[in-house]
Amino acid sequence: MSTRNEVLEPITVTDRVHWIGAFDPKMRTFDVILKTPNGTTYNAYLVRGSEGVAVIDTVKAETADQFFTRLEAVARYDEIRVIVLNHLEPDHSGALPELMRRAPQAALYISEAAQLMLKALLNNSDIAYTPVTTNDRVNLGDRTLRFLNTPYLHWPDTQCTYLEEEGVLFSGDVFGCHYCDEQVFNDCVGDFRFSFEYYYAHIMRPFKQYVLNALALIEPLEIRLIAPTHGPILRDHPRYYVERYREMSTPHLHLEIDHGIKTMIIFYISSYGNTMHMAEAIRDGAAEIGGFRISLYDLEGGEVEPFVDLVEEADAILVGSPTINGDAVKPVWDLLSSFAKINVKGKVAGAFGSYGWSGEAVRMIEDRLRGLKMRVPAGGLRVKLIPSPGELENCRDYGRDVGSFLIGKPRAREIDMSQLPAG
Amino acid sequence: MAKAKLTFADIGVSVTVPAGTRIIEVSEKVGAGIVYGCRESDCGTCLTVVVDGMDNLSEPSNFELATLAEKKAGPNMRLACQTLVLGDVTVKPGA
Repeated sequence: MSTRNEVLEPITVTDRVHWIGAFDPKMRTFDVILKTPNGTTYNAYLVRGSEGVAVIDTVKAETADQFFTRLEAVARYDEIRVIVLNHLEPDHSGALPELMRRAPQAALYISEAAQLMLKALLNNSDIAYTPVTTNDRVNLGDRTLRFLNTPYLHWPDTQCTYLEEEGVLFSGDVFGCHYCDEQVFNDCVGDFRFSFEYYYAHIMRPFKQYVLNALALIEPLEIRLIAPTHGPILRDHPRYYVERYREMSTPHLHLEIDHGIKTMIIFYISSYGNTMHMAEAIRDGAAEIGGFRISLYDLEGGEVEPFVDLVEEADAILVGSPTINGDAVKPVWDLLSSFAKINVKGKVAGAFGSYGWSGEAVRMIEDRLRGLKMRVPAGGLRVKLIPSPGELENCRDYGRDVGSFLIGKPRAREIDMSQLPAG
Repeated sequence: MAKAKLTFADIGVSVTVPAGTRIIEVSEKVGAGIVYGCRESDCGTCLTVVVDGMDNLSEPSNFELATLAEKKAGPNMRLACQTLVLGDVTVKPGA
């Protein structure tokens, strides 16, 4: 029996919509950070109206032959009036230059934020396009495409396109996953839930607030079917996937406690107990300020992933590390390197630690925290070896300082630039 | 060297700096709420409201002016990654 991958047939999605994408079953690592055990699909779609044809997204350049063969089975190039790119990443824009060469009459529609990216991706500043935003429409006679501006899902340029008369949402990477099954529809393919959740966790999770903004536009739509750019087409219970996105994007901690109560987490790791004693003193000082919850965690006692979950919903994160061989220790870097999976921008942060002779760790951690666009209000606290009673009081004062900042009442300070960290 | 006082209104911190210091060189180190993106006048993320002392800042370059226009910035706004402090100034995040 020939597979769809071999015969390169288009797939009927609705009376007016065909899937004309590509299968890539051999792909194992996507965008450096994502694994897939059975490859992916690059989903592109063709919409037929009474007055012309629209192509929604294209495919990765290496799979363009599949795309053009399937397209040619359902439309002539001179029928194409409209090309929509919901997302310009090369796995969706790879066949665009050739498509525009074959259908030069077609008008290209992209989001406003996509304009500069388009020129940089194609290295062509002469390309003609129309920027669109929410509720702009393109008419294909008896079929209408409506655009939804849904930025940062997962690039600044991303948008969704809604085929009004069919109730089809072309969602771009939203609701997608790297899962390759030639049966294509979610009620026919294998169990892909692990892939759906994994994709969200690695691609959409850092942009939860943008997901919620997008859902505010998507949820009121009458959706018969969701057509994402990767993985199964969601025709069975499409609303489930919308609800799942809302569930995964909603902060859970604030559902369980008073919205006004903030959370501070103090992570530490300690060779001889010195950095631990600093952490405890910082906690005690912060507790004097009050008005927020404080948790103290030893990095040696836990795995990184649950800690990352805690950080995602916390408002302030302090990190304590000794300096060993001129560096912070590996568990600290393991934690900090995992912050890229979540959004930590604007959270209050700080670093502290005991050291033996040079004490570089604190400054290095601070640099990382600032690099993540976290707010580091007070200079990191370093103590040589065993903290004295006076140094423990400095730790308590550091806790008061960060605590005051956290509750929005920072201590007024007048300082000289020479007191700030160099660099 | 001439000194200037750069005050971040959102956190109540004033820093005495050598005249000619960029706002970006100070704001991150005191935890001010100004957020940075590209750090080279392109993205406009570090849009900053000049509460006081507009005349004590360096003139904006054409690049900065273009980004300010693109961001529809008000007349009291600058990009913290580009702006040099020449005299006493008070700023707060523009976003």
